Parts: sequence; C-alpha cells; structure tokens
Amino acid sequence: MDLEREFERVVAADHRIEPRDWMPEGYRKTLVRQIAQHAHSEIIGMQPEGDWISRAPSLRRKAILLAKVQDEAGHGLYLYAAAETLGADRDDLTARLVEGRQKYSSIFNYPTLTFADVGVIGWLVDGAAICNQVPLCRTSYGPYARAMIRICKEESFHQRQGYELLMTMMRGTRAQRDMVRDAVDRWWWPALMMFGPPDEESANTERSLAWRIKRHTNDELRQRFVDMSVPQAEKLGVTLPDPKLAWNAERGHYDFGEIDWAEFWRVVKGDGPCNAQRVAHRREAHEDGAWVREAAAAYAAMRERAA
Amino acid sequence: MSNPYDGLADAGEEKHWAFGTGFTAALSDVDRVVPSSVDRDDLVAYCLMLGDDALVYSQRLAEWCSRAPELEEDVALANIALDLLGQARLLLTRAGEVEGAGRDEDALAYLRDERGFRNVRLVEIDCGPGEGGDFAATIARLLVFSAWRLALFQRLTESVDPVLAAVAAKGVKELAYHRDHAAQWTLRLAGGTAYSRERVIAGLARVWPYVDELFTPHPVETRLAAAVDPATLRSEVDGVLDTVFDAAGLERPDVEQIAPVAGKAGRDGVHTEAMGYLLAEMQHVARSMPGALW
Repeated sequence: MDLEREFERVVAADHRIEPRDWMPEGYRKTLVRQIAQHAHSEIIGMQPEGDWISRAPSLRRKAILLAKVQDEAGHGLYLYAAAETLGADRDDLTARLVEGRQKYSSIFNYPTLTFADVGVIGWLVDGAAICNQVPLCRTSYGPYARAMIRICKEESFHQRQGYELLMTMMRGTRAQRDMVRDAVDRWWWPALMMFGPPDEESANTERSLAWRIKRHTNDELRQRFVDMSVPQAEKLGVTLPDPKLAWNAERGHYDFGEIDWAEFWRVVKGDGPCNAQRVAHRREAHEDGAWVREAAAAYAAMRERAA
Repeated sequence: MSNPYDGLADAGEEKHWAFGTGFTAALSDVDRVVPSSVDRDDLVAYCLMLGDDALVYSQRLAEWCSRAPELEEDVALANIALDLLGQARLLLTRAGEVEGAGRDEDALAYLRDERGFRNVRLVEIDCGPGEGGDFAATIARLLVFSAWRLALFQRLTESVDPVLAAVAAKGVKELAYHRDHAAQWTLRLAGGTAYSRERVIAGLARVWPYVDELFTPHPVETRLAAAVDPATLRSEVDGVLDTVFDAAGLERPDVEQIAPVAGKAGRDGVHTEAMGYLLAEMQHVARSMPGALW
C-alpha cells in the first residue's frame, strides 16, 4: 500500500518512475505494450521508405533517405531497450511482431507509390508522429521519456527534410507538382488516423492519462496537427483533400471533415493495402537471419568458454 | 506543450531545427586546383573509377536495409553504405569539376550509360539478400573490398592531387571500420556453427573470382601521377586477408578468376550482366522526369 502511494506521489509530482521502482502491474503492461508497438512501428516503417533508397533520384536524396531509414532502426533499438527495462524480452517482442500478435502504426500499411511519398511521409507522417511523441518526452516512465527526447530530435530533422523535398519538387516541373499533390491526397487522411480512435472510443486513454503515460487525448493531438498543417500546406501550394476544412474563429481551431473510421478499423484489424506484405517482409528477414544470429551466439559462447 | 512545427514554413528560422541548418560540405576547405603534373582527362577517369566503385557498392549494400539478420546489423550495413556513398559523391563531384563539361555528381551517377561506369565488377554482382547470395557472401565481399580499398586509400593520402589526398584521408578512417566489421563477422561465421562455416566458405568462393581484377592496373592507373597502381597493393592485401583466414581457420578459395570480355573488364566499362539491372533501378526515376528538381 505504501509502495502504491509512493508511486502515485511520484507520478502526481511529475517525477519519473525508474526501472527498479515499484509500479502497478497494469502500468508495466500498458507501457510494455505501448513501447513495443512504438518500436515495431519504427522497424516496419523502414520498409515503405526504404523501398525508395535504390531509386532516389539524386545522390543527396539517396544519402538523406538512407540515413533516415537507418535512424528508424536506431529508434527501434532504443525503444526495445526501454521495453527491456520493464522486463520485456526483445526476442519475444520480435516474435509477437512477426507472428502478427502485436500491432504497429497502421500508417505503414499504406503503399509508397512515388518519390513524392518520401517527402509527404516526412512532412505529414513524421509530423504527426512528432505531435504524438513530443509530450512523451515528459511521460512518467524515465527510460521511455529519455529515449523519446533523442527520437523527437531526429524525427524533427526528418520532418524538415521531407518538407524541404516537397518545397523543392513544387519549384520543379508540373509533373512533379502533380506528384506531390497526388501524394498529399493519399496520405492526409491516414495521417489524421495516426492519432488513434476518437476519445470516446479510445479504450486506454483515460488510464494512460491518469498514469501520465499519455499527456493529451487523441482528439486534442489530432486538432493540434490539423491546426499546424493547414498553413504549411498553403505555404507549399497544395490543397488538403477535405472540403470541410475551414477556420472556426469561435473555437480558434480549424474544423475538419469526418474521418472514415470504417477504414481506420479495417486497417487496424489487418486488412489494409500492405498489412500482410509488411509483416511477411519482417518475418522473412527474421527467419533468413536466424542462422546468422545462431552463429553469433555459438561463437560468443565458445569464446566465453575459452576465456 | 511546445509546438514542434514552429517556424516550419519559415526556412530562415534556424533555431527551430534540432540540429540547426548550418552544414558545410565535406572537404570545403581543400585546394581544388589540379597540379600541373596531373593529366586532367586521366584524373577524371580515375575519379570515376574510385567513385563508381563506391557508388555501385553502396547501392548493393543498401539493398540490405530492413532485411539484415539483426537490427544492429541493419544499422551497420546502412552506415557502411552511407560512408561509401559519401566517398562516391566527393569523387564524382571532383570528376565533374575537372572535366569542366558542366556535369555534377547527379549527371554522372544518373545519366551515364553502363559502358561509362568504370567500377570493378566485384562491387556490382548480386551477393544477396535474395537469390544472388546471403549474409555470408555479403560479408565476404565486404572483407575483400574494404581490405583492398583501405590499402589503396592509405597510399592515396599521399596523392599529388589535393582532393584525392583529402578524400583518401577521410576514407581511411571509415574503411578501417568496415574492414574490422567484416573481419569480425568472418570470424563469427567461420567459428559459429557448422552451417555458418559452410556459408562463409561458399560466400568467399562467390566473390573470389573477382579478386584478381582489383589488382590489374588499367593504363590510367599506371599512367596518372596522382593515382595508385593497384598491382603494388597485392602483397599487402593478401597479408591482411591471410591473417583473417588464419584466425578463422579458413583456406583461401581455390576458384578460377572471371575472365575479361574481349580483353576488357570493369575499369574499361565492360561489366557483368547484373550491372544493367542495377543501373535501371538506380537511374529510372531520375531519367524519367527530365528537368525535374530534387
């Protein structure tokens, strides 16, 4: 009971819970689930953009994209390490991912069809991710909060690079401008879905807020993202694909149209354009690499015996 | 909550970006005048040779991205690919500026046809992931390539061309890590399991037919005052590889070398069948949108 009071006191005072501190089992489970899903998202997220490294149309863009996808692998590593501080096991989490037992961000279940998608993913998808993640730098669990600080810095760099690519393309040929607009049309609504279901349908929000794992509700963050993106779209010279998008002076926010929640749930439940492909790719890489990991483990064990 | 988007629409606002915007190009302070003892046409050709080796190999290594056996290895292989891409960009830029025909790194990378590429054939063959090989073949190529290129770049730091010397000085630090990474994996795979040992032996046999070509000088390499004659590197590189093979308990592969075609090989622009596909993929977007800005 004292332990629980101490936990609540630390959380209420906005201090950090550390790996050796007592924590309620539900808090631990919620965090492991959230951090693992976040790690999986980074790893699966390597695929849609990584697919364009070989075709990047300038060497500078190739270097930027390769570095970005490499950063995503690094983010996955920090996050798996953060989950391990809670007693999770990376191999077990990987098994959950490749067996389809644990989710990752649905945004990566959409295809990247042109090089403009690389820019739009940087601008909107990384932008939405930053919106979700900046508050996590102050989340109540210390290792997660600290990992998020570095991740947010790198994500903000990626977002800038994505937006800069789009600005450059918009100054290029008509075909390039059409390519950017097509990509914005395809990614805008899925980006809004990245904030999760509406507050009244979000099963975990209330408890996560109480534990200060989450700091803002899904709808608050989504509104913030819309408010920030509209002027950026204007500056870029693209129209966001929502006829209901309009400034509401009374609310001090942009109103926007209804999200297709049927599509959201369909993709979450595994029936998006690329769900099967993304998991199969990860599973194949994991299985193809099994003999290498076994060799490394056998070699390390042999060295340890010799020492 | 701070607004992570503040200033996004205003490119002049440096303070909003995590790492600022003040990046300077690598080697920006190096003297770029071509010394009078250096033949300009040969220097262009030589920069293309070393630049294409790095560019084409980087393209191959990046194929591992999201497919490596372990996340740490995804990071490592991407890092090596990035180092080589960086070397390629410096060398192609140098080739373009000395040529003086207005071709920049992208014109050279994307608008040359296969015959214009002067890389050795070792870097273009498919060593996996996929049908062309596997992680062991990939490590075998990395071992051979990085041992060879490190020896070459160590000599090149003394080049009379200040740009080549500076590229080499930057590159040796990178290549020393690449070679170390490959050597460590060679030991692990050779000493790991019976299967991994079989794979690394097969991997070495996969890449070994392309080894002699690395040490066969093209006339440009023997003629150019700023270049290193690769024939002079053989015993040093053999010594490094033998050290690794001895530690790993491996034999030097006993396989035939791939013959040149009508007396010509990679340095002459005569490549393997794999090269056309590699370039088709690499160049497709850039070529399909003429006049585009990226």
